[in-house]
Amino acid sequence: MTAEHTVEPVAPGSGQDAAIDNLAALESEAIHIFREVAGEFDRPVILFSGGKDSTVLLHLAIKAFWPAPVPFPLLHVDTGHNFDEVIEFRDRVVEKYGLRLVVAKVQDWIDDGRLTERPDGTRNPLQTTPLLETIGEHGFDAVFGGGRRDEERARAKERIFSLRNAFGQWEPRRQRAELWNLYNGRHRPGEHVRVFPLSNWTEFDVWNYIAREKVDLPSIYFAHQREVYLRDGMWLTEGPWGGPRDGEDVHTKTVRYRTVGDGSCTGAVESTAATIEEVIAEVQASRLTERGATRADDRMSEAAMEDRKREGYF
Amino acid sequence: MSSLLRLATAGSVDDGKSTLVGRLLYDTKSVLADQLDAVTRASVDRGLDTPDLSLLVDGLRSEREQGITIDVAYRYFATPQRSFVLADTPGHVQYTRNTVTGASTAQLAVLLVDARNGVLEQTRRHAAVLAMLGVPRLVLAVNKIDLVDYDESTFEVIAKEFTDHAVSLGYPMGEVLSIPISALQGDNVVTRSENTPWYTGPALLEHLETVPVAPDPHDAPFRLPVQYVIRPRTAEYPDYRGYAGQIASGTVRTGDEVVVLPQGLRSTVAGIDTADGPLGEAGSGNSVTVLLDDDLDIARGDLIASAGSAPEPADELSATVCWLAGSALRAGSRVLLKHGAKTVQAFVEEIVARFDEQQLRAVHAPESLELNHIGQVRLRTSEPLPADDYRTSPRTGSFLIIDPKDGDTLAAGLVGVGFPALGDAPAASADGQGATG
Repeated sequence: MTAEHTVEPVAPGSGQDAAIDNLAALESEAIHIFREVAGEFDRPVILFSGGKDSTVLLHLAIKAFWPAPVPFPLLHVDTGHNFDEVIEFRDRVVEKYGLRLVVAKVQDWIDDGRLTERPDGTRNPLQTTPLLETIGEHGFDAVFGGGRRDEERARAKERIFSLRNAFGQWEPRRQRAELWNLYNGRHRPGEHVRVFPLSNWTEFDVWNYIAREKVDLPSIYFAHQREVYLRDGMWLTEGPWGGPRDGEDVHTKTVRYRTVGDGSCTGAVESTAATIEEVIAEVQASRLTERGATRADDRMSEAAMEDRKREGYF
Repeated sequence: MSSLLRLATAGSVDDGKSTLVGRLLYDTKSVLADQLDAVTRASVDRGLDTPDLSLLVDGLRSEREQGITIDVAYRYFATPQRSFVLADTPGHVQYTRNTVTGASTAQLAVLLVDARNGVLEQTRRHAAVLAMLGVPRLVLAVNKIDLVDYDESTFEVIAKEFTDHAVSLGYPMGEVLSIPISALQGDNVVTRSENTPWYTGPALLEHLETVPVAPDPHDAPFRLPVQYVIRPRTAEYPDYRGYAGQIASGTVRTGDEVVVLPQGLRSTVAGIDTADGPLGEAGSGNSVTVLLDDDLDIARGDLIASAGSAPEPADELSATVCWLAGSALRAGSRVLLKHGAKTVQAFVEEIVARFDEQQLRAVHAPESLELNHIGQVRLRTSEPLPADDYRTSPRTGSFLIIDPKDGDTLAAGLVGVGFPALGDAPAASADGQGATG
């Protein structure tokens, strides 16, 4: 098969026509979802990692309530395996928009024995417990996530309003029918609803929207020089999660990241794309989906994502 | 500028729907290398020689294990002309509720039949549901045409039978298209096939790329369900009070006379705001914030409508409901009803009739409505609702019925819609106007 996507990038600022274009339709849908949640829930929160999807999510929330401030806080589940550029970005955004930020540190759970470090050192799977316990502790009843249905097969079947039981679990066979733009946010005490305003966006839509709206992103999304080593076909970088093992040579390469996650299992891709326009051109030509290319934790089994969603992960 | 087409697929078990969707994704290059690798690996594990494209779309483990599709899956693909959101809905009878879910927002539906079996009872039922939901356009994909040796007369018989049925449901002839395809071989899916020289119409993707997306009629009445009142109370905006919502129908302009329902308060539009700046006018589908000239008491759940053509709020409504829950609906049931941004209590006064899917006729005064039943009901609500007829304004003519005990969605409701006209059906109130163009 040939590699390239056949999609044309949408020209910036083309959304004013009476016939609403693709990005304008997706933006209006997401804003509608934010306002429904603000109207129906007592304590919503936006899950914010500083990655591009959660940054677009925040951008949409700001637009949904303008000129009023966003009426809910952000929650960052911090694996401790962060890229410095992303944490700086997170704090800058919080300051700029006068937001409230709740941080759940995986390290705190490890320190007091509620969680144990895994032999492979990866902390992505450890995020579920701090996430669920923080949701419970703060009484959050709606949790916004940046998940998209194009990311993975199990996500393709999830509703925009996804009811979670008291254990945070997704039960695919008990999903509510979701009709028109009428969302049902009712839940019983202890349950909460995960809300995915970007459900109908593709990776390509997200990048086009970032370009059109000039959304600021952490610098690691753009090409930079970095010392990396090869493991399982992915370029990993040294950090608090450890570094190269014996036999893993360090190279200096020009790379960028397509997703932001736990540093121990998020790989860089070789790239010279230094601007949004260059990134869009690269995404168009890419032969790998973003999760498959850069997330070791999704490659473990055919049903990896489904299993983790059932456990209460996003 | 690319536009967006929302479509739904429906078919019976083994019609090859997942294969068709897999084929569309594959041939539009929407399947990337690692996804295809995973499918190839899984196909080899199952002892297959060629990649089973249906594995691209069967998302849940139990679906892959059983080789069936359980839940609606949303798929995304794009060509230079259009972006597509495809709701892939399962064919199992017990999961008909998902067909309703997938089709509620669709601008076009693709129904699949197996060329060897032709139009089945389930195909007719699916078409009836799609007509009732007002999905404007239908495509019949006559699949596995390779297995009947690309025989023209087989195709023609199926196409005629289906078109006759669709027309009897209220579809204009020009909005129903039948295409002979082989999802497995790729005939007439993306490109026209040499194996069917007798077929002169477009390939499926060609049709999807070029079919007109019906815009709202320009004279559709303006409707804005108020979702949220924006009151910053900041130093910069001390007295700002805006009514935020997604325009459900029609167009609004600064200076328009409007009425706020159910209160019946009149005012004038002082401005239309967005975070990108004020607009002179805004149309259906846009999320906006409307400012009014007068200081009125307006809350979430109210409806702002054009003063000249506002619906009459009423606390009783007649509607057709698709029952989606395992528990039955009986006259006397107390439920919650969500209409626009408002949820009220409701009481089921009467179950007027049930649509008999086997006989395609109406059964009057049934005892109850059960899972997958379509019925006509009369409801009384605790507060008057400014509902429209579904056929004139789907977004303000639709509602959910919700279980007050556990919050489950029990039914989809369509205000004022009757059953599809079904030939000699003796349904008293069927009027045959299921399809809104």
